Amino acid sequence: MKPRHKRFALVGGGLAVLGLAAALVLNAFQSNLVFFFTPTQIAAGEAPKGKAFRIGGLVKEGSLKRQPDGLTVQFIVTDTAKEFPVAYTGILPDLFREGKGVVAQGKLGEDGLFTASEVLAKHDENYMPPEAQHAVDQAHKAAKTVKQ
Amino acid sequence: MSNRLVNWFKFASPQTFYPLAGKLIPWFWALTAAFGLAGLYIGFFVAPTDAQQGEGYRIIFIHVPASWMSMFIYLVMAFWAALGLGFNTRLSGMMASALAPTGALMAFLSLWTGALWGKPMWGTWWVWDARLTSELILFFLYLGFIALQSAIDDPRRADKAGAVLALVGVVNIPIIYFSVKWWNTLHQGASVSLTKSPSMAQTMLWGMLLMALAFWMYSIAVSLTRVRAIILERERHAGWVEELGEIRS
Repeated sequence: MKPRHKRFALVGGGLAVLGLAAALVLNAFQSNLVFFFTPTQIAAGEAPKGKAFRIGGLVKEGSLKRQPDGLTVQFIVTDTAKEFPVAYTGILPDLFREGKGVVAQGKLGEDGLFTASEVLAKHDENYMPPEAQHAVDQAHKAAKTVKQ
Repeated sequence: MSNRLVNWFKFASPQTFYPLAGKLIPWFWALTAAFGLAGLYIGFFVAPTDAQQGEGYRIIFIHVPASWMSMFIYLVMAFWAALGLGFNTRLSGMMASALAPTGALMAFLSLWTGALWGKPMWGTWWVWDARLTSELILFFLYLGFIALQSAIDDPRRADKAGAVLALVGVVNIPIIYFSVKWWNTLHQGASVSLTKSPSMAQTMLWGMLLMALAFWMYSIAVSLTRVRAIILERERHAGWVEELGEIRS
């Protein structure tokens, strides 16, 4: 083996060991690396209890209710399997929509109501002009009526 | 090696690489201008408004190319670092140091434009989710690489130390790229990837790809200019540098 082959082998071996170490560390910290918990995870008891955490999912269609003061809102976060009601007082971000992604930080009460101190909108990876969005919405509606 | 093939190892010598880089730089600047103008034109005038985000989405024409570049430059830097450690070539270390400032710039642009987009869209400038945090670590890796290299006076030792740091940091790149897949993050998943068709309107995609090409050409042009300066600085006592017409005053 020439010295340079040895050095390359060292570099390659070092990278492999490092990669393995990183994979193990990330695996161990898995639960600390998630930004939010889905309603299904919370229902299964995976979310920290008695502490603040984040809930993430979709805002259920037609679930947004505004209180008379204009600032307090209540909506349901769903991942289509399980759902949790969320109460929040404050200004909602621009992209907050029914049927779209949302991440709320706060505490889960005994009664199952999640009281949020911060609400963030989660954008999806789709970028499309309004006409295309309209077409997609129409298609969804058509699919729904067919099912019914 | 057969005689018909170009002997690439010839260009590993700073003496032959210096004039070659000098000849290539204007071409890369021309391509930067061409791709950049086309990309900006499509980005501002042709690409439609986004249905959800309105005009604010147009930041992706900078944000995505800068983020891609920040990760790719790091991979190239680590590649040169490995070659430098293995072959002990002088030019490899110089290439790695020439790439670092541009990589740092790209990582900074990615974080900054992301924050500007995040405030109106998400409702926050910054969150500690896996994607954002790992990109911030990438930015610090670049800064650390630059700081480490400038802290060591002997360029050969500086190259070696920098190379080890660059190689250690390379584990961060797949973490950044796959963070949105492996964990729940606030950052959305990839709109464009090798494995599935892009979830983006065609003209938006074209604008973004043209801007990405412009960023590539810019990074190459700037890095070649910087590597030429580093060659002159490090080889200033070599005979061929003293004979260069362009530096005699």
